[in-house]
Amino acid sequence: MDLWFSEHHTKNVRLQIKVNKHLFSGESEYQRIDVFESYEFGRFLTLDGYMMLTEKDEFIYHEMITHVPMAVHPNVEKVLVIGAGDGGVIRELTRYDTIKEIDMVEIDEMVVEVCKQYLPKTACKFDDPRLRIYYQDGLKFVRKYVDTYDLIIVDSTDPFGPGEGLFTREFYGNCYKALKSDGIMVNQHESPFYDGDAMAMKRAHKRIVESFPISRVYQAHIPTYPSGHWLFGFASKKYHPVAHLRAEEWNRLGIKTKYYSTNLHKGAFYLPVYVEEMLRESE
Amino acid sequence: MHLDQRRAPIYEALEEFKKARIVPFDVPGHKRGRGNKELTDFLGEKCLTVDVNSMKPLDNLCHPVSVIREAELLAADAFSAAHAFFMVNGTTSAVQAMLLSTLKKGDKIILHRSVHRSVINALILCGAVPIYVNPGIHPTLGIALGMSVKDVEEAIEKNPDAKAVLMNNPTYYGICSDVKKITELAHKKGMKVLVDEAHGTHFYFGENLPVTAMAAGADMASVSMHKSGSSLTQSSFLLCGKNVNANYVRQVINLTQTTSGSYLLLSSLDLSRRNMVLNGKEKIEAVKAMTEYARQEINQIGDYYAFSKELINKDSIYDFDITKLSVNTTETGLAGIEVYDILRDEYDIQIEFGDLGNILAYVTIGDNPKNIERLIGALSEIRRRYKKDKTGMITYEYINPIVVTTPQEAFYSETESIDLEKSAGRVCSEFVMAYPPGIPILAPGERITEEIIRRILYSKEKGCTLTGPEDMKVEKVKVIKGEL
Repeated sequence: MDLWFSEHHTKNVRLQIKVNKHLFSGESEYQRIDVFESYEFGRFLTLDGYMMLTEKDEFIYHEMITHVPMAVHPNVEKVLVIGAGDGGVIRELTRYDTIKEIDMVEIDEMVVEVCKQYLPKTACKFDDPRLRIYYQDGLKFVRKYVDTYDLIIVDSTDPFGPGEGLFTREFYGNCYKALKSDGIMVNQHESPFYDGDAMAMKRAHKRIVESFPISRVYQAHIPTYPSGHWLFGFASKKYHPVAHLRAEEWNRLGIKTKYYSTNLHKGAFYLPVYVEEMLRESE
Repeated sequence: MHLDQRRAPIYEALEEFKKARIVPFDVPGHKRGRGNKELTDFLGEKCLTVDVNSMKPLDNLCHPVSVIREAELLAADAFSAAHAFFMVNGTTSAVQAMLLSTLKKGDKIILHRSVHRSVINALILCGAVPIYVNPGIHPTLGIALGMSVKDVEEAIEKNPDAKAVLMNNPTYYGICSDVKKITELAHKKGMKVLVDEAHGTHFYFGENLPVTAMAAGADMASVSMHKSGSSLTQSSFLLCGKNVNANYVRQVINLTQTTSGSYLLLSSLDLSRRNMVLNGKEKIEAVKAMTEYARQEINQIGDYYAFSKELINKDSIYDFDITKLSVNTTETGLAGIEVYDILRDEYDIQIEFGDLGNILAYVTIGDNPKNIERLIGALSEIRRRYKKDKTGMITYEYINPIVVTTPQEAFYSETESIDLEKSAGRVCSEFVMAYPPGIPILAPGERITEEIIRRILYSKEKGCTLTGPEDMKVEKVKVIKGEL
């Protein structure tokens, strides 16, 4: 059996992963959903043929998008998560006892159902009593809230397809409005490496800079995403991501991680020169 | 409908033609794109292979006898018209053909002031005399209303020699006059009824929408298939009722129409007609649902007023086209044109137009709920970020034009160019309009007043694009020499 999943990272570059079994394939109202089992990466989820997560490297993404803002903001009680149908962000958030409410807004109910069935490693905390799931458009949901959330995590797909509206100025502006006066928004920020991704990255950065007084970018290494070099956005009304890092306090929580540490937190905001330049250009 | 509307004769002929692999020693010179690689790469080979010239298997637009003729019959059937013409010079050419085939020099035509510039341009060509009916302005929205039956009745009484009445169905904002009643009135006096349906194509294919010109018994209608009908830009239909001599109309069309009608445009009309007949009802229902939803959400944001059927007064607002998403912005302290610019410059959203107090988003069968959410989200943000005191804003008020001479006479008179600000009292020989929506503030042959000058300066200050005058900066204006 020689079955391979392949995804184009550019017109001329592709990633291939040898597949053992194709566990699920379905078409929702919004996209095509597939789950595979591979030898190297364990199970993995794709939407419209694009890699969303693998069991082997998902911890990097989910730890970095969650613990970075949690180690800065001193008192997160109410969190809004946009996207995150695989449950990875929810799993990380539920490790904090201080969080009282988590609202998750995912457009595609089928993604959640499929992940519950096939990806129990991430979709393991959907029954947490603090969690409420809303199946609707994220842009629409956030529009209705003012001064409500301490933290908004935007765990979106790429800026085409169902996730398109989550890379717009109206969305970031609505998030700003929905956050309390010391709120933080963290978002999946695309990659600086290949031209197509870099364009989206610069555009997103420009839109966030226009909407928030503090807007910084940090990085992580995610092997199955195009180029492996991935960015996150940290946008905030009050807290600086490094100057306001509460390293000791966070370490006292005793949350065990595999990728994130408060030292790495600081380092993640030091970016390669070409990325710094791209960000400056778009500011 | 009696014909097989699944057919699309021009499209089918082009498909056949492609298979025949005919060697081209005729024009266009790009020869299926091979002579212009850059253009072919840009537009695509499929597009260039059907950019061809008239020939026997593809018929001829100027004198259709085969596939174009069949397509015209299908279109007439689809629109319940006696005859339909495929127009490739824009709806402007359809409007001109309506007027030029109905009016001669010196003939009077009763019309609404908020007509498109193409109507007044046609008057310059044919030398007819415009009799404007005061359109009335909505007191809070500042938009031009439809024609009131009483006003038309009065105009007809005062001008029993008028040859035609022209209406918009609907206006840009979605407002409809009582087309049926006005048609009856005009016909009783032997006047022809011409309807500019540039924004009403979908009325022919959806359910529970305002009455169409053809159903109301009008004589001619210009229908912008490329707007709500989704054909290619510049393609349009001219419809004729049963009391119109279609062969004469064709002669008039051929006076100004290209002899190299584009098959891209023709096939787009053919396929769009088929699509609207076969799928229009369902797709227009979806459009209605989207605009109704958007109005509800926009009205919840606060300060914006997305208006709809509640405006209906059974006279000057006889009916309303709910697919038009028109929003009054006055209470936000922002002019419509300002919201229009912010939407594009900061939110990457291009809407159809903004005037002094309103914006219009054109929603069609090409839209989806995701983009509607973006528009609503952006409007909510614009209010949050830019809302300001609304004092000092002026809304549109109707300025009754003082017609001194016909547009044709004014256009061809001896003229001089003078400062706009010193032009009060003189007779203008050119257009001045704020674009969009392209409704004339001044038309050739009208007296300039202080009020008009103030309006032009304010529109300029608010960022409207002013067009018409020879002087592109609209600091100078051309007037007829001497006292009039």
